Amino acid sequence: MTKIKSLADLKKLKDEVQSKIKLREKGDHPENLIQIKVSMATCGIASGAKDTMNFLIEELDHQGIDAVVTQTGCMGYCYAEPTIELLIPGQEPVIYGYVDKVKAREIIDKHIKLNEMVDGIIPVTYKKIDE
Amino acid sequence: MEMINLTIDNKPIVVKKGTTILDAASSIGIDIPTLCHMKLHDMNIENKPGGCRVCVVEVKGRRNLAPACCTEATEGMEINSHSLRAVNARRTVVELILSDHPADCLVCAKSGNCDLQDLAQHLGIREIHYQGSQSHYREDTSPAIIREMDKCILCRRCEMMCNEVQTVGVLSTINRGFHSVVSPAFEMNLDHSTCTYCGQCVAVCPTGALTEVDHTGAVIRALSDPTKTVVVQTAPAVRAALGEEFGMEPGTLVTGKMAAALRRLGFDYVFDTDFAADLTIMEEGTELLGRLNKYLAGDKQVKLPILTSCCPAWVKFFEHQFPELKDIPSTARSPQQMFGAIAKTYFADKMNIKRDDLVVVSIMPCVAKKYESGRDEFAVNGNPDVDYALTTRELAHLINLGNIDFKSLPNEEFDNPLGESTGAGVIFGTTGGVIEAAVRTAYEVQTGKALKRLDFEELRGMEGLRKATIDFDGTLIHIGIAHGLGNARKLLEEIKAGHSEFHAIEIMSCPGGCIGGGGQPYHHGDVEILKKRQRAIYAEDKNKVLRKSHENPYILKLYEEFLGEPLSEKAHHLLHTQYFDRS
Amino acid sequence: MTAYNTHILVCGGTGCKASESELIKLNFKNQLAELGLDDDVQVIHTGCFGFCEKGPIVKIQPDNTFYVTVRPEDTKEIIEEHLIKGRKVERLLYKNPKTQEQVTESKNMDFYKKQVRVALRNCGFINPENIEEYIGNDGYSALGKCLEEYSPEETIQVIKDSGLRGRGGGGFPTGLKWEITRKVQADQKYVVCNADEGDPGAFMDRSILEGDPHSVIEAMAICGYCIGASKGLVYIRAEYPLAIQRLKTALAQAREYGLLGENVLGSGFGFEIEIRYGAGAFVCGEETALIHSMEGKRGEPTFKPPFPSESGYMGKPTNVNNVETFANIPPIINKGAAWFSSIGTEKSKGTKVFALAGKINNVGLIEVPMGTTLREVIYDIGGGIKDGKKFKAVQTGGPSGGCLTTAFLDTPIDYDNLLAAGSMMGSGGMIVMDEDDCMVSIAKFYLEFTLDESCGKCTPCRIGNKRLHEILVKITEGKGTREDIDKLRMLSQVIKDTSLCGLGQTSPNPVLSTLDNFLHEYEAHVDSKKCPAGQCKALMQYVIDDEKCTGCTLCFRNCPVGAISGEKRSPHYIDQTLCIKCGVCFEKCKFDAIKIV
Repeated sequence: MTKIKSLADLKKLKDEVQSKIKLREKGDHPENLIQIKVSMATCGIASGAKDTMNFLIEELDHQGIDAVVTQTGCMGYCYAEPTIELLIPGQEPVIYGYVDKVKAREIIDKHIKLNEMVDGIIPVTYKKIDE
Repeated sequence: MEMINLTIDNKPIVVKKGTTILDAASSIGIDIPTLCHMKLHDMNIENKPGGCRVCVVEVKGRRNLAPACCTEATEGMEINSHSLRAVNARRTVVELILSDHPADCLVCAKSGNCDLQDLAQHLGIREIHYQGSQSHYREDTSPAIIREMDKCILCRRCEMMCNEVQTVGVLSTINRGFHSVVSPAFEMNLDHSTCTYCGQCVAVCPTGALTEVDHTGAVIRALSDPTKTVVVQTAPAVRAALGEEFGMEPGTLVTGKMAAALRRLGFDYVFDTDFAADLTIMEEGTELLGRLNKYLAGDKQVKLPILTSCCPAWVKFFEHQFPELKDIPSTARSPQQMFGAIAKTYFADKMNIKRDDLVVVSIMPCVAKKYESGRDEFAVNGNPDVDYALTTRELAHLINLGNIDFKSLPNEEFDNPLGESTGAGVIFGTTGGVIEAAVRTAYEVQTGKALKRLDFEELRGMEGLRKATIDFDGTLIHIGIAHGLGNARKLLEEIKAGHSEFHAIEIMSCPGGCIGGGGQPYHHGDVEILKKRQRAIYAEDKNKVLRKSHENPYILKLYEEFLGEPLSEKAHHLLHTQYFDRS
Repeated sequence: MTAYNTHILVCGGTGCKASESELIKLNFKNQLAELGLDDDVQVIHTGCFGFCEKGPIVKIQPDNTFYVTVRPEDTKEIIEEHLIKGRKVERLLYKNPKTQEQVTESKNMDFYKKQVRVALRNCGFINPENIEEYIGNDGYSALGKCLEEYSPEETIQVIKDSGLRGRGGGGFPTGLKWEITRKVQADQKYVVCNADEGDPGAFMDRSILEGDPHSVIEAMAICGYCIGASKGLVYIRAEYPLAIQRLKTALAQAREYGLLGENVLGSGFGFEIEIRYGAGAFVCGEETALIHSMEGKRGEPTFKPPFPSESGYMGKPTNVNNVETFANIPPIINKGAAWFSSIGTEKSKGTKVFALAGKINNVGLIEVPMGTTLREVIYDIGGGIKDGKKFKAVQTGGPSGGCLTTAFLDTPIDYDNLLAAGSMMGSGGMIVMDEDDCMVSIAKFYLEFTLDESCGKCTPCRIGNKRLHEILVKITEGKGTREDIDKLRMLSQVIKDTSLCGLGQTSPNPVLSTLDNFLHEYEAHVDSKKCPAGQCKALMQYVIDDEKCTGCTLCFRNCPVGAISGEKRSPHYIDQTLCIKCGVCFEKCKFDAIKIV
């Protein structure tokens, strides 16, 4: 990576990154991917988020499902760790709580493959600053 | 200078910006009680952690009470130092301290001299409303200092002296909350630490948490043993302070009464460490001139500056902290140890007393002297040159035990041959004194001329670091003086870095020199007491007929009869020492 | 592949389950199956919507219709009207209490505005180990904006205008702090980030550093630019290994991208950040103690003035801000002071992150605008009290805060209101207690914490708190007297009045606030030697109800000390002199025959 030398450079990079994210989210592009974010803060990891994340990566790979699994910080739902956010292109993101391996498999088998929501969705109860 | 208007207890007052409430109040006669706070004016020594919370006062408009010792006066402040709220808080705080303090005042070494006891009395505490569990710590005994931390009130004065003034860094508060205690690192014993036994922690401790090891019992046993001849030597600074223990005005010289008291206590010979101080000048002065002359002759190998070596805490300090400089200080033993060596050889032979039957007791303003007398190199076949070193305070106890009315004693003289001294020996008791004594002799020996004036005002004073240049008949000798080990450290760092400007440096560990020693009557933070003791020392010097060490007839006789000449082989054997790397 | 085109989301939170949401789900399923719609419509349970007051909640997707207070008998109407005919069931829609207008979409409900994520904007949203995701979400644009468009004075003015106050507990105006530090002349100044989060149960700073470390780095650089400092230090407790690792990664990336180091974004401004580790002492959250700890000294506070802004780290002017405070800075610069100050109350602007803990359903991290009431936080966001128990108190402000009762549930949360109510904002711990909690024990618990964490420097905190604790122990053991209650109050007042730092000055708060609000519990302990919550072991007895006891001998066989006696098939008896109150009999009894009195 070359250094960002000015505000203009920074803006350019921001636009690049944002357009990449949009492509993923919109789903009107052949590159669109299913994205899963695993809440990997101390609370999540303590509740087994690492195992969940590893399982998701392996299982999706094993089943040949094109998906990106990334880590993120604490979503705030500490009572329901491990939590994940599932983003299927063209749909509203969905947060699942208590995602252990069993739940993760259920999510893959039903929600990802059959577009069938499963129990354990956590309703998002906040708004972001841009809303 | 910006001025601040405020009122304290309805009295209007104008003070300089930066003045604390405590100082402002004190300037109009309002004495707000304090406990942890201690300020040695003009010496740049202040303990102000704001920890005890005894000095809290009510400030109008302020949410909580303000500690007077560290709150600066501000414009328009309205202070009530004795409102119900302030007095209640102050008394409660003292009750809390007492609730975690052993109630053994009757048998405490500090009883009658204890700031906490005084404070409780002052506030009229008659009941402790908040009783509960108390802290218990292991008692730590070292060769010189006893730590009884059950009695510690965490005023942190010792810590401040140890770290900021002395830069020794042994004492600090460890653990948290109720378990906080001042201790060497890892709760190790003092004698495993780099403690120098300077005793400044003892000198400032408000309670009985830090005291000296008590040797009075052993001395009484020796005195009552008919097979022993017991001789005593008294250090220069003791005579300027002992009177305070008997209610006399600080700065009263009690040399004659002290000699009389010691004789009444049963010491067979009452001698003077001042005699040994004169002897020290002969050895150390000769060593100085030897090094100086080699240096002036162009010898690059010679080690300069030469450092004095009378102070045992200072010796231990550089052995721990600057071992690489251990060949720079003079090899001369301290006066206490020179006295012991001469007493147990020259004097014992003269009187035909066997070494084992001669007991040498020293009265010192110092607690480190207890440690020094126990150093292995100062003993022959396990028999120490100095058997017991008592502090000024211990001597006072001994005098009380002897049912002696000190104040009404007549003035008596020291015994000979080890009791005669010059004014040069006396001034060893204050900062600047050792080097002034050395200059008086070195000048006359070096130039062969008699000094026209003997009072070297340029070497005197109370500043922690001083320097002066003395004209040795055309040769300019640069002299540095430091008291307080923190100041000494600065000079040592310069030497280490290779840019010291001095030929000779005097170092004393205690602020003020031995007059402010850890074994002296407690000054309770009053620096005026130290200044009065210093004036007394110089007055004693002025009153002496002989004021130059090399004119002491008994010293001359000692060389003639026994030692030969300064730095002779015998002198080396008995009067000089070596230093060890203790890092 | 089955393609459901409609989802019915039924709240499965504790509160809604208590209101028969299980039955609602079942009704939906059965009725859909009868109509043959079970291949098109899927019914699932969700976690708590947090709107338990109006539960059970049913949400229809994809059109986001939000039904409240749904009864099992309403399912038919929802299916027939909404799913089949496409008409919303108006009577079940949420009505805006102010306008009485019906709100269909959850996004338009006030309820969903209860949480606003400013400091937590990126937490749980971006990958904290990827700087580009941060940049993609406006990251470092605030720094760029300051360096390119604003002078340090102008930047400080924005922060001042925003009304941001320190989130570490004190609530000092951040802009003013920066301005004071800027005005002090010195060859070197420091920006310090206080990440020594120590309140029991509070973890917002850790979460921000773990979830969005760059926001803190960016804000520290902005602060450095404003006050004239080229060095920043993050003081973080060593017990936060993940936060440390993420922060290190973020620092390395920021350096790599040229956002730290010399000549940031070609502006000529240089800034570097180092990490300093704390050993996990609560008192080191106090800024002077923190600075001493960073200097390698004993972590204990010293008297202020001098304030760190004049003489701080290594005697140089130092600006200390908390993690959450810093996390608020970039959005303020990006979106403007007016935006930020439009959130919150008159004197407390913006949002506050709270760590919700205790006897509450949705334990977690929340961020609400200042001025949100405790009721909204506890019932709407927190999902109410666990197991349907009764709310008793909420403790805010960490160990030095106070316990607030139902009387304060409608108090808008801000710095000043909490202080007035006898508690404080603190760093944002919020611990909820229910009817089973003994308030004397709660006060004792908090005092234990301050006892352990006191630095021991000043008398009132070192010894006074010890004595307070001893009195509380005495009371919970049933040995207290009325005089002890008076002593608690008097001693607490003196400790508050005379302690050196904030820790001691606030440590008696849990005692005083429980004395104020739950005096009757203290009196019960002292007068009738009873613990109303049944929590104080010394004051309770396990007894066997003769009527209910069947003489099954299960308790007898399980008692570890042989305190229970009795013949088979006849009522048993517990010898109180032998009983150690372990509670095994209580747990084992199948007939509810063992009572706590």
